[in-house]
Amino acid sequence: MQEKKNKSWLSFLLEVIVLVALFTLVQYALTVGLINQSYQINLVTMCINIILAVSLNLINGFTGQLSLGHAGFMAVGAYVSVILTNFMEMPFIIGILGGCIAAGIAGFIIGVPTLRLKGDYLAIATLAFGEIIRVVLQNIDYVNGPAGIVGITKLTSWPWLYWTAIITILVIVNLMNSSYGRAIISIREDEVASELMGINTTKYKVLAFIIGAMFAGLAGVMYAHYFYIIKPDTFSFLRSFDMVVMVVLGGLGSTTGAVIAAIFITFLTFGLQKYAAMRMVIYSLILIIVMIYRPQGLMGSKELSRKTFSRIWSGKK
Amino acid sequence: MNLLEINNLYKSFGGLGAVINFNILIQSQELIGLIGPNGAGKTTVFNLITGVYKPDKGQIIFNGKNIAGMAPYNICKKGVARTFQNIRLFKDLSVIDNVKIAFHKDVSYSLASTIIRLPAFFQGEKNIEEKALEYLRIFKLDTKRDEIASNLPYGEQRRLEIARALATQPTMLILDEPAAGMNPQETRELMELIKWIRQDFNLSILLIEHDMSLVMGVCERIYVLDYGQLIAEGLPEEIRNNKKVIEAYLGEEVGKC
Repeated sequence: MQEKKNKSWLSFLLEVIVLVALFTLVQYALTVGLINQSYQINLVTMCINIILAVSLNLINGFTGQLSLGHAGFMAVGAYVSVILTNFMEMPFIIGILGGCIAAGIAGFIIGVPTLRLKGDYLAIATLAFGEIIRVVLQNIDYVNGPAGIVGITKLTSWPWLYWTAIITILVIVNLMNSSYGRAIISIREDEVASELMGINTTKYKVLAFIIGAMFAGLAGVMYAHYFYIIKPDTFSFLRSFDMVVMVVLGGLGSTTGAVIAAIFITFLTFGLQKYAAMRMVIYSLILIIVMIYRPQGLMGSKELSRKTFSRIWSGKK
Repeated sequence: MNLLEINNLYKSFGGLGAVINFNILIQSQELIGLIGPNGAGKTTVFNLITGVYKPDKGQIIFNGKNIAGMAPYNICKKGVARTFQNIRLFKDLSVIDNVKIAFHKDVSYSLASTIIRLPAFFQGEKNIEEKALEYLRIFKLDTKRDEIASNLPYGEQRRLEIARALATQPTMLILDEPAAGMNPQETRELMELIKWIRQDFNLSILLIEHDMSLVMGVCERIYVLDYGQLIAEGLPEEIRNNKKVIEAYLGEEVGKC
């Protein structure tokens, strides 16, 4: 028992070291100037995509509720944080918290009425709500309507991005590996049976929706404070589809898959920028090929965890 | 003590009465059978008791409280657990996770301690794991704890479903055709299991079954439904010789002479 405890401490320490090392490595490369401008943008997009994919996977993959309105929550987070930091000149951390909370509230307001719908109907309803958020933003003069807000202070930096992405992954992994997580997964598996096992399915669906929305809001905050400008059109349903593609490609119900797919899609989009005309064709072809040969996504519902590593390790021995 | 008392339960679907003025009275620790031809409304009664459907009229008094129209998860918390005619396990989850989910209704740690991994979380998880294993051991499924539920053979899936239902710590267990798809040998084993569960877990059991050997073998009293109406109730012996029941199953005698 004692030995087991020591071992888990050791692997915990190892994980922290790996995470910090990765962080320092990139930070060093950035300060020395090894990473040029376009790669930097790529790096930022990657972290934002990871936050988005992992949080959407909580709703679409684990809870099994197909939501197409994730970009809407991202917009709420982005706008609220910009109002806080740029208009009211509050510190960045307040902007982050404010953006997350506002997106969470939006998630609650949208989740309560829509989550009684199932499947396609829920997808359409969330899609519509996502668009409503965008249209509302277009008509608020305080945030310059369709023109959007320009000249946002660049506050997003590599440490913020890296650690918020890590926190997102940690929170969702911890949530899913618990009794609450099992309750959430049981909704996807069989809603009737889950309800009859004493689980308040509505409550957990809304909970998953709120947590997912909060992290989408976080991604919005990071996005707004890096790219200088936000417009309502930035958060159209096309962006929501991008996120759904990442989640499905990675494997519904796999956080590891969501991370891998987010990285993959980011690099794919980046790599295809040179072939502007052929870009969407190649992009679509890759998706079609993956879906034909691996319909469950890259990872299925499997995860890469300590267990996997220890299995590989003992296998080698 | 009356554990379950149903008075004048009524449910119709689009004008068609599925359950018409149904009455039942179950004492604690009784083993009751509910039988009737296909489409008689037996499963509808179960769905009404467990809250899957809301009754149009009538009372369902469980443990002194009217539970008619309550949400299924609240009814479960009051102490009613069930299995399904067509097995409804959480198919893609492991055997042990299926049972663990049943313990969620009285989870001991908060959401916050889950996310930041406080000691309360580890303690709670350990308890859940131990309790879940205990139930698996009782049903001889502990060697398959990490297998995916849908990979289990049929009989074991049935057992797992019963284990999962019992893990919610009910005072009343409702079994919807537990012997469906089982061979005579398996059915005999199931009979023993049902009797033993009632003894060991101290609960009442209400079951629907088409296999008459099982019903007559284990049930203390039997209720018979036909076209949504109760046509008979009594001891197995009485039901076996009840004219109405025989008619419902085999049809009326033609050309009485």
